[in-house]
Amino acid sequence: MSHTIRSLLTVVIIAAALVAIGQLQSWSVAFAIINLCLISALMSLGLNIQWGYAGLFNAGVMGFAALGGVAAVLVSQPPVPEAWSAGGLGILMAGLALAAGVFIILFARKRMVEGKLRNLATTVLVIGTWFACREIYGPAAEAIESVDPAKTGYLGGLGLPIVIAWPIGGLLAAGAAFLIGKVALGLRSDYLAIATLGISEIIIAMIKNEDWLTRGVKNVSGLSRPVPYEVDLQQAAWFKDLVVRFNESKLAGLSDVAREAALHQMTIEGSSIFVKACYALLFALVLAVVYWLAHRAQKSPWGRMMRAVRDNEDAAEAMGKDVTARHLQIFVIGSAVIGIAGAMLTTLDGQLTPGSYTPLRFTFLIWVMVIVGGSGNNLGSILGAFMVWILWIEAEPVGTWLVQTLTSGMADGNALKMHLIESAPHMRLIAMGAILLLVLRFSPQGLIPEQVRR
Amino acid sequence: MPESVDIINSLVLLANYVIVPGIAYGSQLALGALGITLVYAVLRFSNFAHGDTMAFGTMITVLVTWWLQSMGVSLGPLPTALLALPIGILATVLLCFGLDRMVYRHYRSKRSEPVVFVIASVGIMFVLNGIVRFIIGPNDQRFADGERFIIKAREFKELTGLSEGLTIKLSQGLTVVMAIVVVVALFWFLNRTRTGKSMRAYSDNEDLALLSGIDPNRVVMITWLIAASLATIAGVMYGLDKSFKPFTYFQLILPMFAAAIVGGIGQPVGAIVGGFVVAFSEVTVTYAYKKFVGYLSPDGMPDSLLQLLSTDYKFAVSFVILVLVLLIRPTGIMRGKVI
Repeated sequence: MSHTIRSLLTVVIIAAALVAIGQLQSWSVAFAIINLCLISALMSLGLNIQWGYAGLFNAGVMGFAALGGVAAVLVSQPPVPEAWSAGGLGILMAGLALAAGVFIILFARKRMVEGKLRNLATTVLVIGTWFACREIYGPAAEAIESVDPAKTGYLGGLGLPIVIAWPIGGLLAAGAAFLIGKVALGLRSDYLAIATLGISEIIIAMIKNEDWLTRGVKNVSGLSRPVPYEVDLQQAAWFKDLVVRFNESKLAGLSDVAREAALHQMTIEGSSIFVKACYALLFALVLAVVYWLAHRAQKSPWGRMMRAVRDNEDAAEAMGKDVTARHLQIFVIGSAVIGIAGAMLTTLDGQLTPGSYTPLRFTFLIWVMVIVGGSGNNLGSILGAFMVWILWIEAEPVGTWLVQTLTSGMADGNALKMHLIESAPHMRLIAMGAILLLVLRFSPQGLIPEQVRR
Repeated sequence: MPESVDIINSLVLLANYVIVPGIAYGSQLALGALGITLVYAVLRFSNFAHGDTMAFGTMITVLVTWWLQSMGVSLGPLPTALLALPIGILATVLLCFGLDRMVYRHYRSKRSEPVVFVIASVGIMFVLNGIVRFIIGPNDQRFADGERFIIKAREFKELTGLSEGLTIKLSQGLTVVMAIVVVVALFWFLNRTRTGKSMRAYSDNEDLALLSGIDPNRVVMITWLIAASLATIAGVMYGLDKSFKPFTYFQLILPMFAAAIVGGIGQPVGAIVGGFVVAFSEVTVTYAYKKFVGYLSPDGMPDSLLQLLSTDYKFAVSFVILVLVLLIRPTGIMRGKVI
């Protein structure tokens, strides 16, 4: 099968699945799935840039996505002046102290000769900086957190439109990726995986515990939106006209009272679908831009060089390519894309809930998407994201239905039956693992293999 | 100058909150890291599914323990789980054999890149995670029974007349005894028996070992046998000491990997050293020294907690150690495999 036919067929299958969900469940559900598909597609595109272009194993997708979420909060939430006056200065001072400490350490290391004395000095300076920062930071954080803790208890953000958070989220993630890449790249590939797994857990721990910054597990909810609110839509005259026009045939035969009631219901449903469709449009726009850039980059001489580095590091190095620097570059770019997607996800949710970040859902599920879609192929990873996300969402109702059908012979209240029905949602983990293993074994190139141009 | 009784009190305090838990946790990490390092030495990949293998073995042991408890079987003061442990080990070994046959063997025969094995292990991680949650659920399970303590704080105080108590849980004592027995047996096996030597030879130089007539499949099977047993023992000991929760076991791969890399990946001795390094760093860094300093300082207890890092950040400790090792000595303390 040629590439085009394969891609087209996959698109048709995905579209058919979405239409089926829209008809059988509801269009609101279908659009909710499309939105998350688009965000997942952006994440898997970012991961594909790292894995497909350069063969880097990033096991910390969750952390970079969460940094994007933090950016959404820091950019869009209104600032809390009381908190700033209570401890803002202290936090800034702590930041300055940290920067000064790092500068002194780097300076001292540059000036001193390598040896035991330098290591000792570094250790002493690191510990000193740590305590100095904590001394300033501790009381400041406490002061901020005690400002109306039920409502705020954090510094708030900049109060800017949330769309600005998307690129900022990318920058935050890129910064974290640069630091981690500096340490772990150039070593064995597994070390990067473990280091990124670690940094992602730490990022989540920070978001959960640094209440002054992100409110921690108290969550930040009610983030501003780049799209209209449902309630406003339901009041707007133009929207009601739109609903009427869309449903003319359904409304035609009804009496006035029934028509009014039906229209009310349709407006509510319609507003929810309209909002989701607006999000979908925005996300699709971002995805299209990033895809276009990634595609252009892959076809450029730079992309050719990256493939050369991936396929034979030694040969590329012998040809004068700085392998570690290229790896760092691509690791940062890919993480930035993941960060953008993370910010988009938090925007869609309208809240930052640190407790919802789990590695299986945010890191390894994205891996399944890339492997299933086809490593090295951008379109593949996007389609893979759509397929895997639809499966992930639909595996739950389908699994529950399957278990209920299979156990329908058992008596109600049977302990085993209860247990099976209760545990059915966990079956999707098994399904995802099985899909990953099957694709890796029987079709290692994925749904849409990488096109190799000579 | 503090009085001598205060010095003893402070040491007992430290033993109670740092040394005893550190030794127990270190033993658990060391057993887990040994499994990771052996798989790495022989099969040459980082097994991301190790934490979930641990969870699987522990789950089987927990289920058998519950069954035994319902039959009225008990070991008296010892936890019933010890009786169930062999069955848990057996099930996990069979699981690993099956997974190797169905998944890893194919890539071995193709001589795939290590990272392909890692991705396959991620798939297995998903499957095992799902199986464990499907069977036993995602919640905390307690399965410890029998005597809880070797020494209780109150008894210790009465015995010594000190104001600080020392508590040693039976599970902590058991963990250490078990770890010593297992490690001694493992090193005897690796250094003294023919099979163990063939395993080391295979790990050292695969081609040379094949030429010398070593059967690679046998070596791989024995590696899985040992790794699965170690994982189950580590998991059951951790579960007895704390509690069994599938997600915690998944997260344990981070300190275990840190331990394996710190010690020098592929080096059994290194894994043990690394396990204790990571465990003690975690415990000492997250312990609040307020009371400890209170005993020693003439001014009494200080105002602040004197805690370097809150316990929420214990992952950060393994991570920082990992980063330090990668920066300073990427081969690890015991000079493990080439990087």
